[in-house]
Amino acid sequence: MAKRETENTAKSSTGSMLVKRGLAEMLKGGVIMDVVNPEQAKIAEDAGACAVMALERVPADIRRDGGVARMSDPEMISGIQAVCSIPVMAKARIGHFVEAQVLESLGVDFIDESEVLTPADETHHIDKLKFTVPFVCGATNLGEALRRISEGAALIRSKGEAGTGNIVEAVRHLRSIIGDIRKITQADSAELFDWAKKLQAPLPLVQDIAETGWLQVPLFCAGGIATPSDAALAMQLGAQAVFVGSGIFKSDDPAPRAKAIVEATTHFRDPEIIAKVSRNLGVPMTGIGMDKIEQRYAERGW
Amino acid sequence: MVRVSQIGSTKIVGVLALQGAFNSHERALGEIDVTTQEIRTPQDLASIDALVMPGGESTTMSQLLESSELFEPIKKLIQEGMPVFGTCAGMILLATKIIDGRDDQVSFGAIDIDVQRNAYGRQIDSFETEIEVESFDEPFHAVFIRAPRIVRAGRDVEVLATNGPEIVFAKQKNVLVASFHPELSFDNRIHKMFVKEI
Repeated sequence: MAKRETENTAKSSTGSMLVKRGLAEMLKGGVIMDVVNPEQAKIAEDAGACAVMALERVPADIRRDGGVARMSDPEMISGIQAVCSIPVMAKARIGHFVEAQVLESLGVDFIDESEVLTPADETHHIDKLKFTVPFVCGATNLGEALRRISEGAALIRSKGEAGTGNIVEAVRHLRSIIGDIRKITQADSAELFDWAKKLQAPLPLVQDIAETGWLQVPLFCAGGIATPSDAALAMQLGAQAVFVGSGIFKSDDPAPRAKAIVEATTHFRDPEIIAKVSRNLGVPMTGIGMDKIEQRYAERGW
Repeated sequence: MVRVSQIGSTKIVGVLALQGAFNSHERALGEIDVTTQEIRTPQDLASIDALVMPGGESTTMSQLLESSELFEPIKKLIQEGMPVFGTCAGMILLATKIIDGRDDQVSFGAIDIDVQRNAYGRQIDSFETEIEVESFDEPFHAVFIRAPRIVRAGRDVEVLATNGPEIVFAKQKNVLVASFHPELSFDNRIHKMFVKEI
């Protein structure tokens, strides 16, 4: 891709890696908000979300209800698509390529192969290269991120721990991924083989990091963002955009909080602006400590 | 990630960094030895000689232009003749009229075109193709992401490239617009063309 592809130049093509990654590039610096109905989707768009994630229950409710969490009702996803002019994402279960096929047929703009839903395959993720629609996948460490990229993910997000309102796991995952990227840029060429082995990741992707200093796709943060400062923390740590799930619509007053998180994500290096937008937002989602949760979603995915 | 990313030229190109693919424009400009400045607040505008408005979500950028108090000062700079280049969402922001936008969406009205948002459909309809740019010897590989479409162009608008019947690259005085993403194709000819105007 670095040099112009000369084959088939007369024809236009859809679904290439460049086109998929292109949408991820356009979402940078923005906030992608979980919404469960058209009303919330409007609130999200009004607040300046750069995309919405359509799902039946936010992670905090999935956590509370238990049971098997699946792809949302297509009717509900279409309802959100109908009221939104910004990109609409939706979640498929890990390895559930038929849910992904259904979501692609609905015309969703991005599919999240998500650990928040109950995995459908305990060994395999979806072969994302087969699809025209781009995929985002979660990762807790660099090896996981590179395996997802090798399967065709156009965007990686830190998993964090969804539905907790607790940023600690997202910070751990971002530090792990970005810390290892930094180390690889310092490694000599012989050490890269060992990095590939340790990360259980394809060598060319490791060599690519050594050369460019970054992943081939953008890295966003998800899982636990509840406040404007949380969003700015993720951005200062090196995330290039943020997903906010339960943090907005499980708070007291979603609209102003959503807008404040959007502004804090843009002005992430400016504490005065973050202070200004953080005033009088009401009570954030209660949140839970990591020692109180029964199921760690971040452990799902292989 | 420092704000001023490249030394080597006396001219500074501002890149609107409210949301979207501003990094890619900074990289492209850096590769042709242009100094860039990320624009998030009115103070950031002080030292720039030109401005790039990147792709991203135009509705998001529209709201942030207002909340960051950037809309009026940027409008003034464009009226005073500062060279400005908008790609995709950036083109929407520069247009006279936006079709299928939000009612509260602002635009600078800096180029006499009407632009329809998401005119090609959803992401599965996003595409890449070769286009002929008038002053280039070789075609340009253009990437269209949920792209807007120029549905009307006034008489004073100079057409620089088309894709089939559609205008995809155009200019009017100090304002340059593209419905595609030259910052994504690792070909800096269009950025060079813009920088020459400064």
